[in-house]
Amino acid sequence: MSVALHPGTGADASSSIVEVKGIGMIYPGGTVALEGLDLEIPSGQMTTLLGPSGCGKTTLLKIIAGLLEATSGEVWVAGTRVFGPGRERAFVFQDFALLPWATVLRNVAFGLELQGRDKAERERVARANIEKVGLAGFENAYPHELSGGMRQRVGLARALCVDAQVLLMDEPFSAVDEQTRRLFQEELLRLLAKENKTVIFVTHSIEEAVYMSDRIVLLSPRPGRINRIVTTEIDRQGLTSDEIRREKRFLDTVEDIWGTLKRYLDDERMEE
Amino acid sequence: MTIAEAKQPPSGATIAVPGTLLWRLLSMCLLFGAWEIAGRIPISVAFPSFIETMTALGQMTADGRLFAAYADTLKPLLIGVGVSAIFGVVFGITMGLSRGFQWIGEPIFVVMQAAPMVALIPLVTFAYGIGLAAKVCTVIILATPIIVLNAYKAVRNANPTLIQMCRSFQGTRLQQIIKIIIPDASPMIFAGLRLGVAAGFIGVILAELLITPTGIGDLITYHRSVAEYADMYAAIFSIMVFAAVSVGLLERAEVAFFRPERKTRKDA
Repeated sequence: MSVALHPGTGADASSSIVEVKGIGMIYPGGTVALEGLDLEIPSGQMTTLLGPSGCGKTTLLKIIAGLLEATSGEVWVAGTRVFGPGRERAFVFQDFALLPWATVLRNVAFGLELQGRDKAERERVARANIEKVGLAGFENAYPHELSGGMRQRVGLARALCVDAQVLLMDEPFSAVDEQTRRLFQEELLRLLAKENKTVIFVTHSIEEAVYMSDRIVLLSPRPGRINRIVTTEIDRQGLTSDEIRREKRFLDTVEDIWGTLKRYLDDERMEE
Repeated sequence: MTIAEAKQPPSGATIAVPGTLLWRLLSMCLLFGAWEIAGRIPISVAFPSFIETMTALGQMTADGRLFAAYADTLKPLLIGVGVSAIFGVVFGITMGLSRGFQWIGEPIFVVMQAAPMVALIPLVTFAYGIGLAAKVCTVIILATPIIVLNAYKAVRNANPTLIQMCRSFQGTRLQQIIKIIIPDASPMIFAGLRLGVAAGFIGVILAELLITPTGIGDLITYHRSVAEYADMYAAIFSIMVFAAVSVGLLERAEVAFFRPERKTRKDA
């Protein structure tokens, strides 16, 4: 595979860090969101969960995060069964989830604050991560003074602070405008290439999924099951983002996935 | 980008600040002007002009009558509002956090808020006599329901994503309450406190007019009975200003202690 975020770690790319075994989720009221879902997420890669709206991708991500309890099945992260949120996982929220009454610095350090680390230490770690996401100089700003893209950088820095192995990102760019989104995507790729992290990324954008990830898990509509797993084999080496977007492999993969999703939409329409 | 650029407030806000003050002054001038004219016509012999009222207010302040009256009025007001605020906020938060307390408390306080509780003043007098206790009780029954209900609703509506965020970083339930729920609920809790303090003022004046005339209520009743209307209106005017200023100060305190981010917003 040529697109792994960490080409050097190719040897253990096959070992999975997150294992989802027979996960089923029935919401109160009887909606079956997920059914008998098995999935292995390889370590050190970016895996995208992609599917039509209502296929349970965010539900699956929140089950992995331990924020939702599955009706059946098990989730294992780094060899331990998940019964709730844990230190080896950090979540980046779709709507940022920043404390409006706290400065950027306190927001970024919030995960460490909850762990009870002392103020000087958590602020030192937070400052380093604020710098990493490109927000140096904004430590004392409040969320309402920042743009959507900057707010999500705060959310990302907060997740990086707790130094979790697995980053769970729930449509992190959906509330950000298109230009910011593209810039942010590139920066995130560059940043993650340096950190040895496994990323599970939920998106509804096919292009974003193909552009960002090593593996795309395509989910079928309700109840969510795995349709198939696409490995994006795009050689990103030496290419600019625009060149990647014009690559034949890129366009073919997008087209291929769109074909599958379109069938779901057509089926849905037929049912109606 | 520098921080200065990012912190640029919307252009409307910068010019609005001196403008707001001007409009506020103009609004007051219009009101007091209309009052002066109405007093001079006069629309009623019992309605003094603005200047007469202010003169009376000056005299009452100078000879100390006003301060003596406030010393009397403030006692039941402060005790009553203090008890209502502490009990109301604590009980309201508990109701928001626990279904059990919600089921016990909600019907009582919804009825108390909707019903004209002033009708219970005779009952209060019957139970507590005509002293301080009865007045404190009147303030409490008027101020508490709105404080409880606002605190309860604020906690119940605390941002679920923030709570989820706290859980995702392994925050304990106590951390969730102290670091997320209460700060997130504080604007609405304070809105309830402001309404509660305003209701407390209504309570104390009603108690002083209906139970036994003391303090400001006594000034109003006495000057009405001897037809010194300027003095009567001066007392009413002073308590209105006092109530408005108290509620305003509470808002300042809220921003200063709980919402630091609002200090950077020009006109919030």
